[in-house]
Amino acid sequence: MRKNPVLNQIVQALFWVLVLIILFYVLFPFYWALKTSFTNPAELSKTALDWFPSSPTWENYRAVFQGQPFGRNLFNSLGVAAGTVIISLLLSVLSAYALGKFRFRFKSALMYIILGVSVFPQIAVLGGMYTTVRALGLYNTWGGLILSYMIFTLPFTVWVLTSFVREIPNELEEAAVVDGASPLQTLFRVMLPVMTPALVTTGLLGFIGAWNEFLFALTFTTTDVARTVPVAIGSFSGASQYENPFGQIMAASVIVTIPLIVLVLIFQRNIVSGLTAGAVKG
Amino acid sequence: MKKATILAGLTFALVSGVAHAQGVTLTFACDSVGSGYDQCKKGADAWAKKTGNTVRVLQVPKETGDRLALYQQQLGAKSKDVDVYMIDVVWPGLIGQNLADLSKSIPKAELDQHFPAIVKNNTINGKLVGVPWFTDAGVLYYRTDLLQKYGYKSAPKTWAELQTMAQKIQEGERKSNPRFVGFVFQGKNYEGLTCDALEWVNSFGGGEIVDSSGKVTINNPKTVAALKQIQSFVGTISPQAVTTYAEEDARNVFQGGNAAFMRNWPYAYAAGQAEGSPIKGKIGVAALPAGPGGKPAATLGGWQLAANAYSAHPKEAADLIRYLTGKEEQKRRAIDASYNPTIASLYKDQDVLKAVPFFGSLYDVFTNAVARPATVTKSKYNQVSNAFATGVYNVLTKKSTPEAAASSIQSQITRIKGRGF
Amino acid sequence: MATSTPSTARRPGRNRSVEATRSRTAIWLLLPTIIVLALVAGYPLLRTIYLSFTEYNINTDPAPKGIGFDNYAFRLDDGTLSGLLTDPQWWQAVWTTVKFTVSSVVLETLLGLGMALVINSKFRARGLLRTAILVPWAVPTVVSAQMWNWMYQDNFGIISQWGRSLGLLEAGQSFVANPNTALGALVAVDVWKTAPFMALLILAGLQSIPSDMYEAADVDGASKVRQFFRLTLPLLTPALLVALIFRTLDALRVFDMPYIVKGNAPETMTMSIYARQQMIDNAQFGYGSAVSVLIFLIIMIFTVIYVTSLRVRFD
Repeated sequence: MRKNPVLNQIVQALFWVLVLIILFYVLFPFYWALKTSFTNPAELSKTALDWFPSSPTWENYRAVFQGQPFGRNLFNSLGVAAGTVIISLLLSVLSAYALGKFRFRFKSALMYIILGVSVFPQIAVLGGMYTTVRALGLYNTWGGLILSYMIFTLPFTVWVLTSFVREIPNELEEAAVVDGASPLQTLFRVMLPVMTPALVTTGLLGFIGAWNEFLFALTFTTTDVARTVPVAIGSFSGASQYENPFGQIMAASVIVTIPLIVLVLIFQRNIVSGLTAGAVKG
Repeated sequence: MKKATILAGLTFALVSGVAHAQGVTLTFACDSVGSGYDQCKKGADAWAKKTGNTVRVLQVPKETGDRLALYQQQLGAKSKDVDVYMIDVVWPGLIGQNLADLSKSIPKAELDQHFPAIVKNNTINGKLVGVPWFTDAGVLYYRTDLLQKYGYKSAPKTWAELQTMAQKIQEGERKSNPRFVGFVFQGKNYEGLTCDALEWVNSFGGGEIVDSSGKVTINNPKTVAALKQIQSFVGTISPQAVTTYAEEDARNVFQGGNAAFMRNWPYAYAAGQAEGSPIKGKIGVAALPAGPGGKPAATLGGWQLAANAYSAHPKEAADLIRYLTGKEEQKRRAIDASYNPTIASLYKDQDVLKAVPFFGSLYDVFTNAVARPATVTKSKYNQVSNAFATGVYNVLTKKSTPEAAASSIQSQITRIKGRGF
Repeated sequence: MATSTPSTARRPGRNRSVEATRSRTAIWLLLPTIIVLALVAGYPLLRTIYLSFTEYNINTDPAPKGIGFDNYAFRLDDGTLSGLLTDPQWWQAVWTTVKFTVSSVVLETLLGLGMALVINSKFRARGLLRTAILVPWAVPTVVSAQMWNWMYQDNFGIISQWGRSLGLLEAGQSFVANPNTALGALVAVDVWKTAPFMALLILAGLQSIPSDMYEAADVDGASKVRQFFRLTLPLLTPALLVALIFRTLDALRVFDMPYIVKGNAPETMTMSIYARQQMIDNAQFGYGSAVSVLIFLIIMIFTVIYVTSLRVRFD
């Protein structure tokens, strides 16, 4: 190959074609959504197949917030996702410390159970969860969603944080214990500062998980009091019967996706390592 | 002095504000098909203005199946988010448990004006769970101008006739309009297909899916014959895409001037006759065709107003229902949007008949419509309907033969029945 | 499992009573998590299993009524077997899910492998490409479903337009509306969303292969293709296997994407969609719970295979 410069150039060219194909494949659908969101709804039926919006407009973005309770949905999503992350981080910091640094009976069994819960199909607990949420009076509230989301965020955060805590040198903890610090003091004064990077990554992934969740949100909410963005987008109907609401759907989609893309780009290295850790370790 | 005036003004504003706030806010889950939302809002606003209350009319899912799922979820959770629901004629048995008894709220004299069959349908274990609002029956729409152009004097009486006529008109019209089709209906896999298919089966003499004793009767030669006939429409006089059409999809094709015949509910008439409609003044309405040796059948549809049993404002909710289902509002809706009244005397009202002539000529169709087997299948109606629609859908998309479908629908419904409905 | 023996070797100077105190502390630290997990996983699961042995219409029945195994199987009066285990709709949902899982996992592994190999070679826009493939992963599933839904739309969708110009589609038809192509169309959406994730996992595996091994192979005169099959692939297998099993479990549980695009349509009904339809749409909590229990068993069997085949260890 190296001996033939012409062949080499052909290989080079083919390689770049391949790169372009991949770029097109991964980016095109999002571009298309972006384009549609800026197309004037009145012209959508005429210009739907154009590659660029001829007269870009914010009309769809305005309509999303005016004709629909989308602002409320966004607020719900933020509240639910933030609540889920805060509670699951709090709980999992405590458990990760115990699982990572303490020795006690049934530890392995507990780890197995937590791993098992992390692969629980959500549908398997849907019926039981529905009656639980109803019995606790949490139906159609943020609390109901936050509680039910624990089933997938908590095992994940416990796992990742435990493997992180295990890597923290024992000397750090022992020095604090020798100084007479209580376990909680040791955890919050000594361990927690060291854990910050892991907390950010797991918190972020937990946030994304809660932000995107659909099945529980669809089943445990019925009105816009607690309905989150995924359900709203999944069942979008235009304000009027005769218009094609896809411009608005795409605008709403872009609104919820942009922050995620920005976050992911900022934290891309942490996320990739966090995901691989999660995948390899369970 | 000036200050005092301002103060007085403020106090007045405050007081009147309080007085205004004394009215309650009701939430109303109404309609979304065609001009349904606008018509609901009009009626509700009139009541609100009259009583000093406020009504929030919700956007609801377009398909009845999705609506039912959502309402079941809300009612099952004893949620009080919605005060008044518009419910389908087949729902009282499914959700009646969680609806308020309205028999005390509507004077007997007013209730007796309505068609007794619908009132009976809405009465579950002695409880009136819904007041009739408008009734529905499937009808055949046709283009009077095109029938004349191709030398036909009247609407088709049998499905075979419809096929020949549609074929001929389609061939002729395609020369100038390549998108023209002969016949459109609701072929999507949903509750609407159950309604359409019940008409086909019943008009061939194939029964009502499940008979009044609870016996599953769908697997019979007449059902197979009906399904064969309709299967032959798809891809010839009806487009392949008819298997994705709901009411509004079919209406858009017909109203755009791109179809000769359409099966739909009465609401499509007002929309087609509206200002700016390309087919204004060219619409005929007739009873649906029959099968060989059968007689025409129209599926009974229609919607009732019901109050949530957990509503925080039961009195106001009942009052809103009483107003909307009253004679005056039903008349307005009949004239404005061709919704069939449930009050018999309105079918003799000259204003109504002038706006919607076929209310007079098709009176028998409306009063003799065939009910879906909701009463006998009780809380399992939704599953029965799903199984039926899915089986028919597989025939329309040619995934299964009419024979196989009839037998698989039979066994599906028998399975759903289990030890009894 | 036997980790209860305190390892005095690692922590000299600690006596048994200290260990006992610490182990009590550990329980306290773990208690909140255990309570929450019991509430959101343990109790609902037990309740679902219990409900699967009852007849319970949540809207019309005041309380669940025990009927033993009838939801799973029972004999009708005429002697034919009925119940979930002979329910053709359920088995069709199982078959649909299996077809979906196998085809999307295979396709996204191949595609992910291809992408990873491209990104792993040294070229100028490498960073850009690596970042770009994160976009589909960052897009929420619901959004990706609606984005593709729009591209598949019969009249105005770009994919339908391509389909028409290639002669694959008639006017007014679309790949998702046609019951014969719908499942394939959904697989395409899933592959788009998850192939980049596969690529990242595989890339991590590729980068852990020391480069001197390739140099040695070059010296031996092995062709690139030969190097790939003899060297890269075997070394990649562990990473690939993890990614594969991880995705399989995900795909078997799939609910949101097919539900948003096709609702309860029979041709794309997965196991999870069927369970939810029975439970929520039809209000049949007993029967729906029986479906849930079977799904749970299927997933757990896969998980056990996963854990044992990878010999996951905790200490």
